[in-house]
Amino acid sequence: MTVESTAARGKPRRAAAQRTAAKKTGTKQAAKTAAAPGTAQAGQSAQAPEMVQLLTPEGERVEHPDYAVETTPGQLRDLYRDMVLTRRFDAEATALQRQGELGLWPSLLGQEAAQIGSGRALRDSDYVFPTYREHGVAWCRGVDPTLLLGMFRGVNHGGWDPNSNNFHLYTIVIGAQTLHATGYAMGVAKDGADTAVVAYFGDGASSQGDVAEAFTFAAVYNAPVVFFCQNNQWAISEPIERQTRVPLYQRAAGYGFPGIRVDGNDVLAVLAVTRAAAEHARTGQGPTLVEAFTYRMGAHTTSDDPTRYRDKEELAAWEGKDPILRLRRLLERESAADEAFFADLDAESDALAKRVRESIRTMPDPDGMAMFEHTYADGHTLVDEERAQYATYLASFADHEGN
Amino acid sequence: MAAEKMALAKALTSSLRTALDSDPKVLVMGEDVGKLGGVFRVTDGLQKDFGEERVIDTPLAESGIIGTAIGLALRGYRPVAEIQFDGFVFPAYDQIVTQLAKMHARSLGTVKLPVVIRIPYGGGIGAVEHHSESPESLFAHVAGLKIVTPSDASDAFWMLRQAIECDDPVIFLEPKARYWEKGEVDPSGIPGPLHAARVVREGRDLTLAAYGPSVKTCLAAAAAAEEDGTSLEVLDLRSVSPIDFDAIQRSVERTRRLVVVHEAPVFFGSGAEVAARITERCFYHLEAPVLRVGGFHAPYPPARLEEEYLPGLDRVLDSVDRALAY
Repeated sequence: MTVESTAARGKPRRAAAQRTAAKKTGTKQAAKTAAAPGTAQAGQSAQAPEMVQLLTPEGERVEHPDYAVETTPGQLRDLYRDMVLTRRFDAEATALQRQGELGLWPSLLGQEAAQIGSGRALRDSDYVFPTYREHGVAWCRGVDPTLLLGMFRGVNHGGWDPNSNNFHLYTIVIGAQTLHATGYAMGVAKDGADTAVVAYFGDGASSQGDVAEAFTFAAVYNAPVVFFCQNNQWAISEPIERQTRVPLYQRAAGYGFPGIRVDGNDVLAVLAVTRAAAEHARTGQGPTLVEAFTYRMGAHTTSDDPTRYRDKEELAAWEGKDPILRLRRLLERESAADEAFFADLDAESDALAKRVRESIRTMPDPDGMAMFEHTYADGHTLVDEERAQYATYLASFADHEGN
Repeated sequence: MAAEKMALAKALTSSLRTALDSDPKVLVMGEDVGKLGGVFRVTDGLQKDFGEERVIDTPLAESGIIGTAIGLALRGYRPVAEIQFDGFVFPAYDQIVTQLAKMHARSLGTVKLPVVIRIPYGGGIGAVEHHSESPESLFAHVAGLKIVTPSDASDAFWMLRQAIECDDPVIFLEPKARYWEKGEVDPSGIPGPLHAARVVREGRDLTLAAYGPSVKTCLAAAAAAEEDGTSLEVLDLRSVSPIDFDAIQRSVERTRRLVVVHEAPVFFGSGAEVAARITERCFYHLEAPVLRVGGFHAPYPPARLEEEYLPGLDRVLDSVDRALAY
């Protein structure tokens, strides 16, 4: 029996799947996912935004009735390390753009918790469809950070094999990847696989028709997909008020699946909420919309100038909610990391930055004939003809040089 | 299976059936393709035999159909998506052009996108607006796509099978005015290459190059011209991307004159590309400029006017006369 046909008949397998989930994971949050009170269910009217938070900006742990995450000091240090290294890589890439080594860079500054928390919630067998800003998620998936730079340097349009790390290529057309994720998830359901698919997108993308269609398809086919929206408050210069009149997570109710808002600058809350949503998907309970409420601390890309459209006060207010700072406060509060840890991490950050710099400066330009490669998998006579003509043209210069 | 005479639409049904039978990864998806069997009944009976998991009625959202087909292909499936009519493909145009066509190249060849998009196209059935258009040039301009269109039942059967087996995205244009034309289909035969043109009538004085619905028109024109003592060769191009220029060249080197016929507007149409390339290749063979016959640079007209708009027998013969007069 397939997930889809079950959903179509409306049989109560949801409850059974929920019990299975709880038994398998043994965690509190998985058992409560399906109908957690903090989520917006189908048919529920718009309500005041609630936000799952487990770690305050001051670095204090707080309880949530439906979500919890058990962490060892080592796990907290790992999350902190992920965020610090991701931020350092991102800063280095921005600097490399300023030095002319990259044509463009979309910074993730401020969104480290949303990306590391969600990325670390996934299994290797899960599959991620990113936008073009998911450098932290790529890090969690094990994609070498230097591979992300190729398309921004202009040597390729995506320099990694999506199936090596179950991390699809960056997608620049806003929202297009949410449909790919949904289709992939429909295939997962057909295969009966134990896999969650995560579609990343932003608040601006929430206005795209493709995202609306992805919600519809995912709901109708009960596809195992997590729609992970990083609401960073700004779509280039347009504030969230230009995209929506209701909190984004509440839109899920209209499609018939749960939606939940999480503090996107709280890595523990994002981890807990994404784990639950992914398990919800893996256990045949269908899609979830997670709205990670966060902030784009930097520019949209290196070509942008946010001083033209937003206040310093707003930035300062969000600086107080910094995702890395609050975890550092927790580490210090709980004595979960000593000075040697921070010193080692500084050294590791420097080494990463050095490696990134060296790799970009030694990254070769592609061969001129490379543009003809991979246009088709099965070949195309026109491409063959043009390739040959262009090779002849290039060879004509060699002849002249030979003379 | 023995050879059988069947309508072009039924040949497509039979083709889909054999594809679904032979490869469990093949899926059929689209609006109304299930119980109804599609608005032209091309998918008739398939859902009953292969189930809702493989013959999938989709929400009414074309971008969603193609976007999810891409995802299914990435998961290892071979989706055959139906767009209900030519004029309804445009909500999916972004997914086709920016995603489907480019993804293999963007992945440096690591992922393949074996997606077939079936689109009934062309006019002549007295339909309402957006149901009679010929959008092939809008796809032919996009690298990464292949575009084919059968003109008879046998090609319909085999070309669809080959398109489904192809590892590239294929826009499969079905000449809806010819859906009911019958022809012999031999499922035990061996098909020729998918993108090769085919001489469907040999002639000496001029080559008519056409595809899809216009092939029948050109055959009728050749029959009429024969009565006047003019021998026209008819070449069915079958593929719009790539175009088999070698076959056109071979024909034109013999006949020395070429007229290209299609229903799509002449301006920036595939005929322009054929004219330019054949002029380059056959400059010293040509006795006349390559002429084109097709739709006008006007919105496809209301059905009562479509016979004026479509390149019918008389307009084809008029161009033949003009080419022969050089």
